[in-house]
Amino acid sequence: MTSAPSADPVRPAAFPLVLGLDTFGDVTHDADDRPVSHARTIRDIVEQGVLAEQVGVDFFGIGEHHTDDFPLSAADVVLGAIAARTRRIRLGSAVTVLSSDDPVRVFQRYSTLDAVSGGRAEVILGRGSSVDSFPLFGYDLADYEQLFEEKAQLFAELRKGGPVTWKGTMRAPLHEQDVVPHTESGPFPAWIGVGGNPQSVIRAARYDYALMLAIIGGSPARFAPFSRLFHQARTQLGRDPLPIGVHSPGHVAATDEQAREEFFPRYQEVIRRVARTRGFAVPTRESFLREVGPHGALYVGSPETVARKIAANLPLLGANRFEMKYGMGGLSHGALMSAIELYGTRVIPRVRELLS
Amino acid sequence: MAGMGDDDRGAGAAGPAATTILSSRPRTAVLGAGHTGPVLARVALAAGYPVSIAASGDPAKIALITDVLAPGAQARWAADAVADAGIVVLAIPLHRFPDLDPALLAGKLVVDTMNYWPPVDGVQAMFDDPAYGSSEIVQRRLARSTVVKTLNHIGYHELEDDRRPAGAPDRRALGVAGDDPAAVRAVADLIDRVGYDAVRLDSLRAGRLLQPGSPVFGVPLGRTEFTRALARTHHTDRGSS
Repeated sequence: MTSAPSADPVRPAAFPLVLGLDTFGDVTHDADDRPVSHARTIRDIVEQGVLAEQVGVDFFGIGEHHTDDFPLSAADVVLGAIAARTRRIRLGSAVTVLSSDDPVRVFQRYSTLDAVSGGRAEVILGRGSSVDSFPLFGYDLADYEQLFEEKAQLFAELRKGGPVTWKGTMRAPLHEQDVVPHTESGPFPAWIGVGGNPQSVIRAARYDYALMLAIIGGSPARFAPFSRLFHQARTQLGRDPLPIGVHSPGHVAATDEQAREEFFPRYQEVIRRVARTRGFAVPTRESFLREVGPHGALYVGSPETVARKIAANLPLLGANRFEMKYGMGGLSHGALMSAIELYGTRVIPRVRELLS
Repeated sequence: MAGMGDDDRGAGAAGPAATTILSSRPRTAVLGAGHTGPVLARVALAAGYPVSIAASGDPAKIALITDVLAPGAQARWAADAVADAGIVVLAIPLHRFPDLDPALLAGKLVVDTMNYWPPVDGVQAMFDDPAYGSSEIVQRRLARSTVVKTLNHIGYHELEDDRRPAGAPDRRALGVAGDDPAAVRAVADLIDRVGYDAVRLDSLRAGRLLQPGSPVFGVPLGRTEFTRALARTHHTDRGSS
């Protein structure tokens, strides 16, 4: 049977190629396979961000989570620490759970990061696949769509700079409100992360957000229609094209086998733990190998394998940016540092070569 | 276990009578244009069904989504889409279901693809009763419709990729549960033509076996494994009577 409605590639992107790394701040394990403390995990992430810059990674993103396994609830503070020790790498959230946050505060935190980092801040807004922040901050999951719609609209206004007048049902109105700090050189880049809802694609197009396709399982090709939808929506609105990015999980080691053997048991264990609350099926070795293969969503393997897969999928999806979500609960800080080094020194140059 | 056995219209079993049934592909109305709606529309179109798609409100709002993601489907007002449909597929988030007017669906065969999944979607008063399956509650509210439960236990992201022709050794099975045998048959035909083996369950009550937490929920299984997993669950399900 045929799959997507039409298999032709989306038109090539006219934006520069950006190759980044994202982390959800998974707690790492020490040499005795015991979890390290939250504080240690966070300090290690600062080191990982600094290394990412040293090895030539373009972007470093931190995904907000609120659980014992993923203790990175204040990503912007960690990004600020990385900013202080780096000069070039772009820094952002991946994602900020905007629905359970205050858009004014998100703007303030990331425009502050933009100031600290000399204009290197970005945000990716979305829900993520976890929902822990809703009960934590007193929001009702049933209001999710309305919360996101209103807050994405307000955040789009805030990003433009200048006094904001806004009225909605989920937050107090603003009237000619100046929100500080002002950014130095215009709006910082902002994206909406989309996991499969076309309404979110339309929303991103309408409010001038770039599109980040979060592809965490199944065939990347099935997202190609979303890229077409985004471009056509922008065209219909009479607006300029905006970049499209891809976020997917991965792990790089010296060989395919080493990468798989390091990653699979941790991946299986993490999914097993969340399966009960998220409704995921626990991966088998067979399903894992399918995801690692050319038609799956995982970028796990040697630098050559991972680079080839990135270079194959970006044009297919009309995307100019790839963010590999590295790390998986239980891997060691050392294994992550090694993966970052290989990603920067081997994968990135190879992707650039393959796509040039 | 009655009704949980093999589909009587399996590969190679199509005689002249079955051929007549096979030729009927009722217009299908998909309600919802979020994660699942466009995918359902696409696979139903590919299976030869005429498809309408509707969201809440003006079809102009989903015209582009329909054109790009489900070309061939007609974006319509919900009332129009339902009016001439033989099968109506509910592809809305469960928490929106209480807003749906039961009169809209009166007299219709309604496919319930929704799940009650409090950890992800929050607690909902209407569905928070462990004595009933979510589709039984849907049926109770849609008292003048005929509800069939299916497609709730496969990810929307798998629905397209996992399709296989009848008889393929790796063809995945999907449960189809309902109280009305003719309605179950019509939906089982749809499932089969889309590309899955339909395993029929003879009541919505039995459809509880397809809910979140069940061993078939989200797991790709062939017909034999699927039937076996259901049987195991059935026998150990102390809550059922």
